[in-house]
Amino acid sequence: MEKKKEMIKVKNLVKKFGDFTAVNGINFEVEEGEIFGLLGPNGAGKTTTLSMLATLLEITTGEAYVNDFDVATKRDEVRKSIGIVFQDPTLDDELTAYENLDFHGRLYGVPLAEREKKIAELLKLVELESKKNLLVKNFSGGMKRRLEIARSLLHEPKVLFLDEPTLGLDPQTRNKLWEYIKNLNKKKGVTVILTTHYMEEADSLCNRIAIIDHGNIIISGSPDDLRDQIGGDVITVETEDGVKLEKVIKGCKGCKSVKHHDGSVTINVDNASKKISEIVELVNHNKIKATSFVMHKPSLEDVFLHYTGKTIREEESSPIEHMRLRRRMWHGGGK
Amino acid sequence: MTSAVYTIWLRNWKRYIRSKSRMIGSLVQPLLFFLSLGFGLGSAVSSGGDYMKFIAPGVIAMSVLFTSVFSGIQIIWDKQFGFLKETLVAPISRIKIMIGQTLGGATSALIQGFFMLIFTFLISGLSINLGIFIAILFMILIGLAFTSMGLAIASRMEDMQGFQLITNFVVMPIFFLSGALYPITNLPAVLKDIVYLDPLTYGVEGMRYGLLGTSTINPILSLLVIGGFTVIMISLGGYLFNKTKV
Repeated sequence: MEKKKEMIKVKNLVKKFGDFTAVNGINFEVEEGEIFGLLGPNGAGKTTTLSMLATLLEITTGEAYVNDFDVATKRDEVRKSIGIVFQDPTLDDELTAYENLDFHGRLYGVPLAEREKKIAELLKLVELESKKNLLVKNFSGGMKRRLEIARSLLHEPKVLFLDEPTLGLDPQTRNKLWEYIKNLNKKKGVTVILTTHYMEEADSLCNRIAIIDHGNIIISGSPDDLRDQIGGDVITVETEDGVKLEKVIKGCKGCKSVKHHDGSVTINVDNASKKISEIVELVNHNKIKATSFVMHKPSLEDVFLHYTGKTIREEESSPIEHMRLRRRMWHGGGK
Repeated sequence: MTSAVYTIWLRNWKRYIRSKSRMIGSLVQPLLFFLSLGFGLGSAVSSGGDYMKFIAPGVIAMSVLFTSVFSGIQIIWDKQFGFLKETLVAPISRIKIMIGQTLGGATSALIQGFFMLIFTFLISGLSINLGIFIAILFMILIGLAFTSMGLAIASRMEDMQGFQLITNFVVMPIFFLSGALYPITNLPAVLKDIVYLDPLTYGVEGMRYGLLGTSTINPILSLLVIGGFTVIMISLGGYLFNKTKV
């Protein structure tokens, strides 16, 4: 198979804020036409990575290339190559949708005739053409996000950066937005790199993902590959006595891995239907109170759990994570 | 790509003409000063009509000063509401953004000044002559200098919390310690020194020369000082804005 162009190349990328390392020597490539996702909890270093690639944050050490341009030295070329939608809205509320797009087109030097044509086309794409003369302050969160996506495409970027594109949106809007993004990727062939801490988002959108935690990439691959690496089935036992159950299961033959986390124990086995009765027996025999047994194929959540030893929600609620977040804000970086 | 500067200016212009309340709001204060001091204090000093004419350049300068400083500081809102990121990630230099912002702020300040100019002419009965162009030149310089100052301050600020502080400890003193409301000839020595250190003094004096035909400070000196101050402020604003982070 012919190898496609690498739109993004990252080599040993490091970002430090004072003595705190936000990104700890990561490596990855994104091929042309891919939708690539950086999946990880808040504070894992996703946004910091994206900011460095977008030339908004200086690299501490390492190298990064976007569309073959060095992020550190070819800022303007990189900026012309990318469209970016930030985590928080960056629209001018006092301007209309059309004016926001027009402003962007002018800044990127898109000539008038082309600008008008593209604005009309993009407004149609994100279904906002009827709202084009409305002030943005009257827009809902989903409408704003759609407008920002339209705006980011106005100068025909090679790569689209989406930082938590569906954060804070309701499920319906989220599904719709996924459709838009997939559509864009297919129709325009635009490469997409996005950050997310939603498993479903990574699963449904991305061709390939990298799981990032504490500034390190733990593992990367297609969602299917990652699930296959765990292999077999997963049995999740909901119990208040997780510590004891974990100990008990560790002695069970054919149980590949056991992880205890907030109120449940996740057991990885080759064939759940064959193993389940043995596990139920073990639970009963050791007088462990269990409220439910669930068998399922490994999900990305299980992949994350397998490699980090925690669920993504636990990571985000741990006090250390809060400290990391606060520090990050203190050092003024990341966002 | 000068169109980048124009784009930034255009956005500022659109915001300005849309915020009618801000437009009117920032005229009320100088107008209040003009009317209350002009009629009130004017009646106490011997030649009341002359005092109104005397403070006319002062209150015009006041409206230019306030509008320009606050236009410059506006960039904090852009920081807080995220819009600054959109401009900073575009393939244009920060200097162009800064120049566009400065021209935008100075434009709205100048228009506010024009409104005040019209009011003061209607109320105080100043005669219109070619000197008005000299006054306008000084208004432009005041507008550019203080928009840049606002930008410089905003570049160092994280949020709007320091806003009141700046009004009370920067803008107000600059206004009251200039010769906008009183003659600077017979001041006590200490006050006189401070007044002569205030760059706005030279702006007001220059405008006074243009509108009334006389001034305490030589208009050439006024032009040099306010012109020099404008250059320094634009450089400082450019330098600090260049270092601002989002």
